[in-house]
Amino acid sequence: MSVESLVTQLKSGLDAPICLTWELTYACNLQCIHCLSSSGRRDPRELSTEEAKSVIDQLRDMQVFYVNIGGGEPMVRRDFFEIIEYSTANGIGVKFSTNGAYIDAENAKRLAAMDYLDIQISLDGTDAKTNDAIRGEGSFDTAIAAMNNLRDAGFGEFKISVVVTRHNVSQLDAFKKLADSYGAQLRITRLRPAGRGADTWHELHPTNAQQREIYDWLMAHGENVLTGDSFFHLNALGPALPGLNMCGAGRVVCLIDPIGDVYACPFVIHDEFKAGSIRDEGGFARIWRESTLFTELREPQSAGACASCGSYDACQGGCMAAKFFTGIPLDGPDPECVGGDGEHFLANVSRESVPTPTPDHSKLVTIRRRQESLTIG
Amino acid sequence: MAIDLDTAYELHPQVAIRPEPFGALAYHYDNRRLVFMKHNDVVTVVKSLSQNPSLRAALESCQVEETRWPAFIAALDSLQSSEILRVR
Repeated sequence: MSVESLVTQLKSGLDAPICLTWELTYACNLQCIHCLSSSGRRDPRELSTEEAKSVIDQLRDMQVFYVNIGGGEPMVRRDFFEIIEYSTANGIGVKFSTNGAYIDAENAKRLAAMDYLDIQISLDGTDAKTNDAIRGEGSFDTAIAAMNNLRDAGFGEFKISVVVTRHNVSQLDAFKKLADSYGAQLRITRLRPAGRGADTWHELHPTNAQQREIYDWLMAHGENVLTGDSFFHLNALGPALPGLNMCGAGRVVCLIDPIGDVYACPFVIHDEFKAGSIRDEGGFARIWRESTLFTELREPQSAGACASCGSYDACQGGCMAAKFFTGIPLDGPDPECVGGDGEHFLANVSRESVPTPTPDHSKLVTIRRRQESLTIG
Repeated sequence: MAIDLDTAYELHPQVAIRPEPFGALAYHYDNRRLVFMKHNDVVTVVKSLSQNPSLRAALESCQVEETRWPAFIAALDSLQSSEILRVR
């Protein structure tokens, strides 16, 4: 079977996701301005420890190989270790994303003693100024302290996870150097206009010239740098980047949010992309195998406005979430289309037609700030 | 090392295999590698390896015609290089 026919097969869906993202809580000590899940405050409806364990039982029965745990800040949960230990004991590997605030020397040792565990420390700048402008004051020092603790505890190869913005594209080499100095692996992913990122995307997303820079950099470093396959919209610039280069939403990946709602992917937390709740009868398996939304996503998708573009096979029309939250129709071009078609579409999108990410768990102070900026104009 | 018909192989103990419409997915918990096994009969042979004294015996027990053995050896060779299989 060729790679093309395998991709065709994957697009029609798998019996279970290859991996899935599971956000354990909306609570977070930080208030990053690009947070995909608008996290900050815990939701009172969040899954209990017993419910979380039942999710793991279901994933085990479906033979899901590993989960990407995030939040919010997942380590805020008091039962964090109980949940990840239960998962790995059931043969489901855990990769979790954290800002590092709770990785002190003691927790680093506990994490280092576990098998089937990967850790991603989020960092969006190689200096405090660049990072903290996105992630909040003191967050750079916090992340570095966590990395030092993991190194000192002998954790081994952890990951440094970077969301690429127009302010840190020029630091890609420095990020690689930083990762190498810790024996860590670098992971860079695309900024999405989801959650609070919908408000900040227009100011933060890389410029068109920078997209070329990212593509060239990935072509030079691709095999050693993880990307979560998130840059496939750049493939129109030349030979394909490593990876499957397809949208996996509802086909090979999905998201379980802290209250058990299941969405097509971590970047589309919005009612329109909600497939159901793991609290519903039949649980996760039924949603994955039978939900109307996932069934639709596995049908052949229309190339729409991109049908006549010679690059469609390469970029696949880009990211569904990026289009949705910038008000571009799902069969239109990606807002960051390297051919410039996205910019053209964006110019014609009316503000009222842009969907608001739901739900919002931002801390109240942020909401007040937003209102102020609204009245100023 | 090249795949040899008279050697005994087994699935790496850190590998899980999950059936899929196109064959199976194999996941290696140590090197985190995900491998697509794209033919059901290769999956059947791989699963039978540990119960057979050699690859030859495994192919025979799965009733794979001898003319197809080179294709199976190539597929198993690739699985060995991903550490999905190992010599027993």
